[in-house]
Amino acid sequence: MLTETLTPTKTTTPTAHTALLASKALKQNKTQGDCTHEVNVTPANKPDRMAWVTHLAAIRDNQDQSAFAEVFGYFAPRVKAFLMKSGASPDLAEDVTQEVMATLWRKAHMFDPAKASVSTWIFTIARNRRIDVLRKQRRPEPEDLTWGPEAEPDQEDVLALQQESAQLGEAIAALPDKQRELIVRAYYGELTHSEIADATGLPLGTIKSRIRLALDRLRHQLK
Amino acid sequence: MMNEIKHHLTDALLMAYSAGSLPEGFNLVVATHISMCDECRARMHEFDTVGGAVMDAEAPEGLSDGSFAATLALIAAEPKDAIVAKPAKGDLPAPLQDYVGGNLADVKWRKVGGGVRQAILKTDKSASVRLLHIPAGAQMPDHGHRGTELTLVLQGAFKDETDRFGAGDIEVASEDDHHQPVAEMGQDCICLAATDAPLRFNSWIPRIAQPFLRI
Ligand SMILES: [Zn+2]
Repeated sequence: MLTETLTPTKTTTPTAHTALLASKALKQNKTQGDCTHEVNVTPANKPDRMAWVTHLAAIRDNQDQSAFAEVFGYFAPRVKAFLMKSGASPDLAEDVTQEVMATLWRKAHMFDPAKASVSTWIFTIARNRRIDVLRKQRRPEPEDLTWGPEAEPDQEDVLALQQESAQLGEAIAALPDKQRELIVRAYYGELTHSEIADATGLPLGTIKSRIRLALDRLRHQLK
Repeated sequence: MMNEIKHHLTDALLMAYSAGSLPEGFNLVVATHISMCDECRARMHEFDTVGGAVMDAEAPEGLSDGSFAATLALIAAEPKDAIVAKPAKGDLPAPLQDYVGGNLADVKWRKVGGGVRQAILKTDKSASVRLLHIPAGAQMPDHGHRGTELTLVLQGAFKDETDRFGAGDIEVASEDDHHQPVAEMGQDCICLAATDAPLRFNSWIPRIAQPFLRI
């Protein structure tokens, strides 16, 4: 089913319109070195997590092509690497990565920076595509809990969650090799739930408390 | 109800749900519990953050030429996500409503003996998942475990020797657990139960019935 939906993109040359969009998006990044591949849109410095949140808002509100090019440049190669480690062939990983990034564009309005960093959100999109494509399964998702149209998440909550996400990433990187490898293998889908002995040693709790507060506020509002 | 949940998902189940390695039937039970439990919803977001960090730490894999242009072509080919009207809120949590195809009243129950009724939900074969309706005061199906069995209470409650499981509570049982839970008096108990191994029924259902029960 994936090949069906993807074949057209392989055989069809992009329309003049999309080619224009692409070149426009790329031009913004021309200064960042020799652009032999468009993947050289990678920004020289990794923007911090709040910067990615701003990029997502620009994509959502203004269909901002250069913001998308930057997000693509940084995340697409990592999504592809993640999918290959999860058992996809390079070709399949490439195709799925393009779908994941297209989904990011289309669903930018669903991104909630009070609940996830951009890398977390992209991970969930990539994971769901992997379940769909590699495991050919449906993925039941929890009932949506979203902010009403008039309510935006608290900016301090957003900032704190983004920082805490970065800290969790650093804490995982600092784990002893053996422990970190186990976690990484779990996320590649190599371990069953019974092989994942309770995830001891993971520095969990901070983000959970943060999100609990946000959920309580949301529940209060929904009443 | 939200605050009364005492029995939650294990870290291992939540991590496997986040990693995407659970059988579909388990995913359904986990997603249904999370729909009823903000505590586990917050924990799920935390495990998703771990996944994001794992992906973020990958050494970048080179993309093929034209990858970005192909992505823009994909975007251009499909319109922006249409706002899909959500199905009306029913009496079942959304993921379960999706598998039942409606509300509790739409469940197609089958009698399995002892006053117990069940409805098997269609998922892939890596686990089986069913709704169980146990009359108040009646014994829960006794089936001895192999593998892991998840039982999520949707209505009523059941008790075993040590614990009480009320609405929203989930019991995670492994093969070492042998118990004889009983539905509490007062209200029929409705549960969502999944197992990743074929059930071994003891006496209350003849073995020969198993093929017809699609187990
Ligand atoms: Zn819970």
